[in-house]
Amino acid sequence: MALLQIDNLTVQFETATGWFKAVDGVSISVEKAEVLAIVGESGSGKSVAMLAVMGLLPWTAKITADRMLFEGRDIQNISATERRALIGKDIAMIFQEPVASLNPCFTVGFQIEEVLRVHLRLDKKARRARAIDLFCQVGLPNPEERLNSFPHQMSGGQCQRVMIAIAIACSPKLLIADEPTTALDVTIQKQILDLIMDLQAKNGMGLIMITHDMGVVAETADRVVVQYKGKKMEEADVLSLFENPRSNYTKALLAALPENATGDRLTTVSDFFDGNPEPAPSAGTNGVNA
Amino acid sequence: MSDNTMLEVRDIRRDYELPGGLFKPKKTVHAVKGVSFKLERGKTLAIVGESGCGKSTLARMITFIDEPTGGDLLIDGTKVDTRPGHLTKDMRQKVQIVFQNPYGSLNPRQKIGDVLGEPLAINTDMPASERRERANQMLTKVGLGPEHYNRYPHMFSGGQRQRIAIARALMLNPKLLVLDEPVSALDLSVQAQVLNLLADLQDEFGLTYVFISHDLSVVRYIADEVMVMYFGEAVEHGTREEVFSDPKHDYTRTLFAATPRADVESIRARIASKKAAAAAA
Repeated sequence: MALLQIDNLTVQFETATGWFKAVDGVSISVEKAEVLAIVGESGSGKSVAMLAVMGLLPWTAKITADRMLFEGRDIQNISATERRALIGKDIAMIFQEPVASLNPCFTVGFQIEEVLRVHLRLDKKARRARAIDLFCQVGLPNPEERLNSFPHQMSGGQCQRVMIAIAIACSPKLLIADEPTTALDVTIQKQILDLIMDLQAKNGMGLIMITHDMGVVAETADRVVVQYKGKKMEEADVLSLFENPRSNYTKALLAALPENATGDRLTTVSDFFDGNPEPAPSAGTNGVNA
Repeated sequence: MSDNTMLEVRDIRRDYELPGGLFKPKKTVHAVKGVSFKLERGKTLAIVGESGCGKSTLARMITFIDEPTGGDLLIDGTKVDTRPGHLTKDMRQKVQIVFQNPYGSLNPRQKIGDVLGEPLAINTDMPASERRERANQMLTKVGLGPEHYNRYPHMFSGGQRQRIAIARALMLNPKLLVLDEPVSALDLSVQAQVLNLLADLQDEFGLTYVFISHDLSVVRYIADEVMVMYFGEAVEHGTREEVFSDPKHDYTRTLFAATPRADVESIRARIASKKAAAAAA
């Protein structure tokens, strides 16, 4: 049984010109202890699909799916109370902007202990000890002192470590990382990716890595889903995706990597579609705003 | 050789004074601690380093936005008097900058035509009709069209806005263009288009680029020379081949080791080591 299984997920938003499909019939499944990367450019619906799984989209979004199962349990039509018990405990998420996703009014210690209080009902002493242990795991120096810091007193990389500590606080079964390193320097990116991959291997978590960086995909994923304008273009294991991409869009993406440049010019995505900006998707297209 | 040097920087420094408080003494931050280099006409120098290493401060000094606290700046063989009010119009026209964030660097209430015409209106006494004509020509050069003249920035995508920012920088026919992370905010496919555009423009106008980036794969593609900065100092400087094939400084090596590799061999190696680890466990 898959850890997370989504069949035919569609997310729509109402706009002045009618319903806009941000995610259009996407099916995704993640096994236990598997690393799935979802790649796509901005506006390809990769984040929206995962926010729909987490139930974090605003009420204006219309979410439909044939099936949305977490460990065989339906998570599409559960009550808010049930969802709150699940999210943050069994499914956790790391967001792109570490500094913006922490609450500036509270110390990071308060924010990590809040998770432990709500989900695990630990007492004050046990919370403190667990928080220090988690800060050690994510490699923050001086954990006792750090617990009393506010987010603005820490660097971007440190804030992202705090975010990871909060996400893994309840040993989730599935971790969704939404562009966890986009806002960070390349040396810090390496540290954070290594950290996430270590924790994933150690805890046997399922991991969904949302990214637009093919380098990050190559370094982390077992399996890859390529999305473009809300549609799934291709799904393959990481080696065959890079060795032998099937969809035209994936071929174009790989050719646009500067390290794959042949001669003086970089191949752009439109070179692959002969002036036609849309790659031919597997199914029929519907009105997607450019 | 000396007349072929477009930009020369000698031991340039920039300190920022942080004001003290009641209980806090004054503090000086040395953002750039004495950097020197020469750059030939028509070449591209890439400056690499992590955030806070002073690469943007250096860019601001080269484009006269910030006044250096020490050292000399020579552009096209002339020493620049960087004191406020002493800059000549001529010098301002020679150097232009493109910023990182194309969403923040365009005025949302200004039409694209006016964005492109403004440098001409301020720096030259060109009549309006000619300014309009030049703006339209430039729009075509950067891959947009005259139909975009009357549109506002919000009507454009990120890649198109960066094209507009590049077009604005080129309106005064500069010799030296400073690009401060011009493609960091763009998607991979759009990034390729903008990099191609920059290469075309360099050929056409004989431009010299100072290209600031933290993405080594982009640097490897576009640069002739590479300078690595670390805590305000240039720790490594050489041609692209020298730096990439034989990095001397520890920080450069760390940087290379941290860059994700997207080739098939490294993926194969990673999967193999993962399997081995799983088998051992």
